[in-house]
Amino acid sequence: MMDILRAVQDRNRWISPESLEVIAERTGLTRIQVEGVASFYSFFSLTPKGRVTIRLCDDIIDRFAGMEEVAAALEEALGIRMGETSRDGAFSLDRTPCIGLCDQAPAAMINDVVVTNLTPDRARSIAAALRAGTPPEEVALPGCGGLTPAERVQRMVAGNVRHAGASLLGPVPAEAGLRKALEMTPAQIIDTVEASGLRGCGGAGFVTGRKWRFAAAEPADRRFVICNADEGEPGTFKDRVLLVERPHLLIEGMTIAARAVGAAEGILYLRGEYAFLRDHLQVVIDDRRAKGQLGQGIGGVPGFDFDLRIQMGAGAYICGEEGALISSCEGLPGEPKTRPPFPVNRGYLGFPTVVNNVETFCHAARILDRGAAWFHAMGTEGSHGTKLFSVSGDCLNPGVYELPYGLELAELLRLVGGEDAAAVLVGGPSGTMVDRANFHRRLTFDDLATGGAVIVFSPRRNLLEIVEYYLSFFVHESCGYCTPCRVGNVFLQQAIGKFRRGLANPEDVEYLRDLSQTIIETSRCGLGQTSPRPVLTTLDNFPLIYSAVIKPSSDRVRASFDVQSAIDTARKLAKRRSYIFDRDFGE
Amino acid sequence: MSEPAFHITIDGVQIAARPGQTIMEAADEAGIYIPRLCDHEGLRHQGSCRVCTVKAGGRSVSACTQPAAPGLVVENETPHMVKLRRDLVEMLFHEGNHLCPICEASGNCELQAMAYRLGLTAPSRFPFLQPTRPLDASHPDIALDTNRCITCGRCIRASQDVDHKGVFGYVGRGIHRRVAVNGPDLAHTDAAITDHAISAEVCPVGCIIRKRVGFRIPIGEREFDAALIGEEIEEHRDD
Amino acid sequence: MIEDRKPRIATVSLAGCFGCHMALLDIDERLMALMKLVEFDRSPLTDIKTFTRRCDIGIIEGGCCNEENVEVLREFRRHCDVLVAIGQCAIMGGLPAMRNAIMHSDAALRECLEEAYITGPYIRNTGHAIPNDPALPLLLDKVYPCSDVVEIDHQIPGCAPSGDIIFAALTGLLSGKFRGFDPHLIRFD
Repeated sequence: MMDILRAVQDRNRWISPESLEVIAERTGLTRIQVEGVASFYSFFSLTPKGRVTIRLCDDIIDRFAGMEEVAAALEEALGIRMGETSRDGAFSLDRTPCIGLCDQAPAAMINDVVVTNLTPDRARSIAAALRAGTPPEEVALPGCGGLTPAERVQRMVAGNVRHAGASLLGPVPAEAGLRKALEMTPAQIIDTVEASGLRGCGGAGFVTGRKWRFAAAEPADRRFVICNADEGEPGTFKDRVLLVERPHLLIEGMTIAARAVGAAEGILYLRGEYAFLRDHLQVVIDDRRAKGQLGQGIGGVPGFDFDLRIQMGAGAYICGEEGALISSCEGLPGEPKTRPPFPVNRGYLGFPTVVNNVETFCHAARILDRGAAWFHAMGTEGSHGTKLFSVSGDCLNPGVYELPYGLELAELLRLVGGEDAAAVLVGGPSGTMVDRANFHRRLTFDDLATGGAVIVFSPRRNLLEIVEYYLSFFVHESCGYCTPCRVGNVFLQQAIGKFRRGLANPEDVEYLRDLSQTIIETSRCGLGQTSPRPVLTTLDNFPLIYSAVIKPSSDRVRASFDVQSAIDTARKLAKRRSYIFDRDFGE
Repeated sequence: MSEPAFHITIDGVQIAARPGQTIMEAADEAGIYIPRLCDHEGLRHQGSCRVCTVKAGGRSVSACTQPAAPGLVVENETPHMVKLRRDLVEMLFHEGNHLCPICEASGNCELQAMAYRLGLTAPSRFPFLQPTRPLDASHPDIALDTNRCITCGRCIRASQDVDHKGVFGYVGRGIHRRVAVNGPDLAHTDAAITDHAISAEVCPVGCIIRKRVGFRIPIGEREFDAALIGEEIEEHRDD
Repeated sequence: MIEDRKPRIATVSLAGCFGCHMALLDIDERLMALMKLVEFDRSPLTDIKTFTRRCDIGIIEGGCCNEENVEVLREFRRHCDVLVAIGQCAIMGGLPAMRNAIMHSDAALRECLEEAYITGPYIRNTGHAIPNDPALPLLLDKVYPCSDVVEIDHQIPGCAPSGDIIFAALTGLLSGKFRGFDPHLIRFD
């Protein structure tokens, strides 16, 4: 279903009511079911879009890097405003949450390709080139026609690998892990991965070996291995770098997982924002098939069959949640599934399914090569091995750093040139906003847990603006399935807006905490269980940003009610001043 | 054949449960009421309204989807859980346009009844979102006022699984998620007044309106005029 | 209530229908008991129109649909120790707030007034004008519940609230023992 909708969207630039009917008829679904999927994903549109759709990355990092000026330049050059489509159907302008290029912000997608480090001048020349009919690929990367897909992606975006560690970004011998895995029994592979201490690198940190063990133990006819390449946490882009630089290692890791759990089928779920990586990854998959590293009897081992397909996402952060990702693969709206059953027991199409992050699979392949003890020795107790950190924001050297777990945040800040940070958001908005007094804290699962995002904010930044932005992100990305996340996050965003406008009362601080607690305790999945964290961690670590703007009321009349703006329309309609509230205005 | 029973504890009371039962199903049988809105007898469990949130072994779970397990200790009607549920019900009130005095579901409305039971009477701190959602009166016998919809999805499941029609479905994401019909409007769907999905018991609020029967039951004789929601379950409690 | 005097109650109807004031009288013979406990100050019931002294309890019927409602509500907040919102209009806007949900166009208020006074199918307005006497308070852009404008201490739900729930609330508040309502008494209609 996702592929059908994507094809229709790409060809017609929208999914019309007629298309809904046709797709429903051909797939045996009802029209409302098709509409349910089409209306869920940001990259599908039920109204006509331009032949060229420019989506500016609306992340707070991009805003700080000058996105507004770029947006204004594009609006002027194309003669349309954000959210609009030009009358001739040539262009659409949109904003979209983090597209995984915070290290080279401001960035934008032009249809399926990306452009980075934008300036108003560059934006104007891009608009001119597109107007002149230059294809988006050629605009993003002049002369791309003669390049291989791998060369294209490497030149289209900077790798920004700033520190290569022992596991992933240093020299990696080809297929060494898979070769060893082929000599081992599935149980031995699982034992090795579990003994290494590897935990999921997407953020939740579940022990990988245990996940594989559960999936292997579940009696079933079919099993699946799915790679979660839907990194959508604002400020995260480490998987993008792995997909560009280490695609073979990733698929090697997936193949090893398939052998371990007995899966013959796999899916690489690639976020819609990374569509520019698709051809490159497909080449890698085809290449491996040709070499017998995918397909039937892999590595000459009879009966070891494994193949995979790429499933494109379509702009939905929630699909990084494994249940939602599986729903999406099944052609459904990206809603998390009710647990239990867990995916390892009943996942994709009801079969046991292992879902792991890109980085996790890559580490797994390296562990099979170098051994559990090698990996276990790196890092700290409970947090073993190395971790990729995506560092962005107010620092000299944004990019990807592979470092052993256990590093102090302050050390990382020295490495990235972000020592004068006033605040660092570790783990993205679902993580922790850390103040200077806590820069000694360590990057481990037990202290500052992170899926990899580290966002540095200088003292010039307005933290309340940042908090409000992240809440608007969660409001935009909530699937809407459950009440607290769907509604509560809107309330939270409005409450922060009150603080920003200087209209908050002292008791509103308690209200923020109280509402956050309800959302966390009653939400169905990780999104709602973490979405209030930007509020809570700034309340804890930066209480002054709140107390500085609250307005105590002496007479219990709410300062947040602005009578002047409330009567303004009537004043204009009646063409007279207010008898009650305009007395001091003279006349 | 029912499988051998085990026990779980709800608010200190030990009750019997069978493998395959959810916490809510076991509680219902024992005469312990766990508030719920999106869950409805005879329909698939969905676990979306979260009003049935309980603490099971210390973790928040929806009682309508969580399997009962031997020895499970469940917190149900404690002040803390009641407070969380009150917040959720209040969120639903503020998300849509729920004007009880002019709503024909008043007195028979589960959302309203839940507010009564949970004591939703304190001054609110939540803003009113006051959406403008579509009205659909195209069908000769049925009207839809989605301003009153709480997206519980009971009509979707009833139409799909009981009526085998699929008249309703969810569209949109996040705060824009809502129930829509399988066609340009209700008149252009298979919906019929005799559908289970359209029956008075399925829509818990006043969103699905059966034309020409509104306000027939006098105040005092409506479903929740005499008893609180849930008391019908608590009646057969035997302790 | 430290002084040795009867507590004073003030009441007002803002954007309401006076139904809640009628309901106040609907506590029947218990009104006598109540009168022994309290003294009514500023209120439509006494026809006292201004505050001359501080009151213990202010009872507000109706939400805020115009500037005068806002002004009066603020006066009540400044002159009363405890403010009680009575009825759905005061609590959440009630029937008048129906206009909020239809007012999302660019010129919502103008459209609303035109519909009400000129273009509506049942309008017999020979002057074809929207009333605009200088004495008419200006309308607000939408109808606000009282708690949006001032802090409200308690609410008595209902449309209108029953005599029972009003009596229970007032006697509870007066004795300082109010701990919320018996769920069986709560009604939103």
